[in-house]
Amino acid sequence: MRDFSREELLAFLDEAAQFEGYDQPILRGKVMGSLFFEPSTRTNLSFSSAVQRLGGAVVGFADAKVSSTAKGESLVDTIRVVENYCDVILIRHPLEGAARLAAESTELPVINAGDGTNQHPSQTLLDLYTIRARRGRLDNLKIAFVGDLKYSRTVHSLIETLTHFDNEIFLISPPTLRMPPEFIEELDARGTAWREDEDFFAVASDVDILYTTRIQQERFPDPVEYEKVKNAYRIDRASIERIGGNVTVMHPLPRLNEISRDLDDYPGSAYFDQARNGVTVRKAVLSMLLGVPRT
Amino acid sequence: MTDATEKAAERRPDGAPESLIKVSALREGTVIDHLVAGTALKVLSVLGMRFDGAVMVGLNLDSRKAGRKDIIKIERRELTPAEVARIALISPRATFSIIRDFKVVRKFTPELPELVEGLIRCPNPSCISNASWVSSKFTVLRADPLRVRCHYCERSLKKEEIELL
Repeated sequence: MRDFSREELLAFLDEAAQFEGYDQPILRGKVMGSLFFEPSTRTNLSFSSAVQRLGGAVVGFADAKVSSTAKGESLVDTIRVVENYCDVILIRHPLEGAARLAAESTELPVINAGDGTNQHPSQTLLDLYTIRARRGRLDNLKIAFVGDLKYSRTVHSLIETLTHFDNEIFLISPPTLRMPPEFIEELDARGTAWREDEDFFAVASDVDILYTTRIQQERFPDPVEYEKVKNAYRIDRASIERIGGNVTVMHPLPRLNEISRDLDDYPGSAYFDQARNGVTVRKAVLSMLLGVPRT
Repeated sequence: MTDATEKAAERRPDGAPESLIKVSALREGTVIDHLVAGTALKVLSVLGMRFDGAVMVGLNLDSRKAGRKDIIKIERRELTPAEVARIALISPRATFSIIRDFKVVRKFTPELPELVEGLIRCPNPSCISNASWVSSKFTVLRADPLRVRCHYCERSLKKEEIELL
């Protein structure tokens, strides 16, 4: 996301809005190679839905165990083979930088569907899209991130991108899951106001956006450490009322206990919007990268 | 070091360290000056510790500019661009003097390229650059104090976190 300017982001979001409900088969004859070296439900299905709603097709795998990687094939070789089967490559990989390496190995456009704990650009675009749809702007907002700020690539990617805009950022996490220092330095370097705290209620009052994340068990090498923090924050209707009414609640999903079911019908809950907006945004990404505009 | 230089050094009553490593004392070779104090041994390690001629190392010498500095003088050796780049990563303000027939024929302070390839190991075990078939790449964000960012995993490193390959 570092490569995008503020103007490019805003222009993309404007274009993406044109894809809401747009299902014309402009990608007929185009094939997306979908390489999921790490499990995914939402991103995988969302991209598959987007390409098929625009008339394109999908080839690929959803589990590295069934790919040639299990036989020891290098990522570069896999890309050099798969590029013959498709027009655009979608990749999720547990190693950070894998998507960039893939992009350097082929002339085809490559979409990063998540690389380790590093970036998740299409999630960031749909998050920005959702924030703008809900709040009408991307500046002058108080945005609180809650939960796993250490390992969440969704949060890293979004925070980094939000430095293009003028907002106040609140970072709420257990001490062991604090935002890594390089991202804090980036906030400072870009002049973004931020505050860090362990106590949700100490800083969350009057925020506009509450972006919660799942504590990701799979990122913890030590299960004991996971047990200590897995229920650190649980947002429910009462906690939203306590911090003040008009807040947009976001979550990249899947959720465990971080968001109570009693918030599902709260008007500010936007996490299922995010899932819907994901398809819209990904249609726009595919259209742009494949050079096939709307008709 | 020539005998003449050694004798000259012995004659200095105040023992001024810089007199021990006068550039003119080297017939052929390279003088690496203005190394950050304490980095000379690391630089020698980067150069592989294999030398044909004499090597003289001055540690923690007085420096008008930096207070303290290290100097290395290497007889009969000119460094490759890759070696110069490695040393610049360790000590960004180091100056290199190429000596031929006792004269400085070239003096330069190397500029780090925007992208440093194959010189730094990314400390992130989850970075794709640590796979055996990938050459590491780092973007130089700032030369002094040095700050680099892994081209692949995007982790930024301070100078003290940098491990050279």
